[in-house]
Amino acid sequence: MLEVNDLSAGYGNTQVLHHVSLHVAPGQSVCLIGANGAGKTTLMRCIAGLLRPSAGRIAISDSDMTAAASARLGFGVALVPEGRRVFAPMSVRENLEMGAFRRLWPRRDRTVAGDMAMVFDLFPRLWERQKQPAGLLSGGEQQMLAIGRALMSRPRLLLLDEPSMGLAPRVVQEIFVTIRRLNAEGMSILLAEQNANMALRSAARGYVLAEGEIVRVAESSVLVSDPSVRAAYLGL
Amino acid sequence: MQTSSAFLQLLVAGISTGSIYALIALGFNVVFKSTGAMNFAQGEWVVMGGMISALLLGTFSSVGVACLLAVLLVAIFGLLSERLVIRPLRHPTALLITLVSIGLSICTRSFVMLTLGKKPVGYPGFSGATTISLGGVTFQAQTLWIVGLTLAFLVIMHFFFERSMLGKALRAAAADREAAAIVGVRVETTILISFGIAAFAGALAGAIITPLTLASYDQGAMFGFKGFSAAMLGGVGSLPGAVVGGLALGLLEAFGSFYISSDFKDAIAFAVLLLILFVRPSGLLGRADVVKV
Repeated sequence: MLEVNDLSAGYGNTQVLHHVSLHVAPGQSVCLIGANGAGKTTLMRCIAGLLRPSAGRIAISDSDMTAAASARLGFGVALVPEGRRVFAPMSVRENLEMGAFRRLWPRRDRTVAGDMAMVFDLFPRLWERQKQPAGLLSGGEQQMLAIGRALMSRPRLLLLDEPSMGLAPRVVQEIFVTIRRLNAEGMSILLAEQNANMALRSAARGYVLAEGEIVRVAESSVLVSDPSVRAAYLGL
Repeated sequence: MQTSSAFLQLLVAGISTGSIYALIALGFNVVFKSTGAMNFAQGEWVVMGGMISALLLGTFSSVGVACLLAVLLVAIFGLLSERLVIRPLRHPTALLITLVSIGLSICTRSFVMLTLGKKPVGYPGFSGATTISLGGVTFQAQTLWIVGLTLAFLVIMHFFFERSMLGKALRAAAADREAAAIVGVRVETTILISFGIAAFAGALAGAIITPLTLASYDQGAMFGFKGFSAAMLGGVGSLPGAVVGGLALGLLEAFGSFYISSDFKDAIAFAVLLLILFVRPSGLLGRADVVKV
């Protein structure tokens, strides 16, 4: 599904990622754990096509996508960005429509309505608040909206960047239940999280990113019981 | 009776000037929404609209056709301006775009002066020089055209931004550029479109007001500042705010210049601008965006 090879990237003269490689098999759920500033968001932005890598290649569904940045978003890959980034002045429903933008403009895809019904089914709270400006939703509801917006493009690979950030534990639980459900329904997932505990519990495999480099990769069950990972990322 | 007909006369004058200000303010607001910048070339597009209409009237006998073509040409000029002047900026911050737009306005004014001349131009209204008398008030038929066309344009803009996917994409990009890019909106294109709309609105204002006022290359700055004041008064970035601000400013000018002194006509806009900046910087209909984090 996703194949990242020897990727390096950064901003200006600051290199953030050094020779990162990772892969996500179709239908697999993979997590990326690491401390604040390790480069998780930079990696997610590269994969989503928002940042051009300085070296390396990114392939999605076996086709090289390193150059075709704008082709990725809206077609096959969707990003739930760090900090949710909902369109605050626009209504919940409009936010979801924007998620399907590439399917609604320039030509209108009639099947979008069905996907919106699916999102409302997944998050009934969004249905209740569909006419309200997204900026007035609670943090948890905004996260649901950000996920719903990403789903509206019908992605095969969903990138989630820190979905637990700033949310109450109970809400985090709820979000992760949804993430597991989406994966169980066949969606490939790449999840970047500081909350390593939650991330490892919902992903099959995990990569540990430190200072822009992948330092460990293993099955989640192995990482959870690894003493060094426990000490560094699980606070145990 | 004398005072009431004077009142009505001023009301009509205020609404028609106010419509023009509303169109210019709308141009300011559309660009502000998409870039966060104040585009000071806005007033020049008003002048261009009037002057090119006058030029085309030599070729086309119908005022309506000449004006329509002129407005479209200026809209294209607005698109080109964005492509040539704004797009190449490496770090397009709001302040930088504002400063660049001042340069753009000076260049546009010189361009208009060199190509279209320094002489003020004019042409008859869409219904010729017909005047209408109603309840003791006499006004030019063009006044109705101004109000009607402004209203039609505002309604179209409202539906464009609220209903069409492209309009929603413009709002989304205005709200959060990166998030818009994430859902596959090309943010540079939304900025381009907003400049096109702004130039269209400005040129429309110029094309419909010129039969009443004449157009000359050096009026742009004044049109720009009036529209800017109207946008600030109504609440910058707000579509209904442009209408309210434009009409309020037009009426204040009309009544102020009659009851105080016509010498103060232009000063009123600036007094209003200062007052609103002191008292309510977000404008009448503006509000700080509510965001829960």
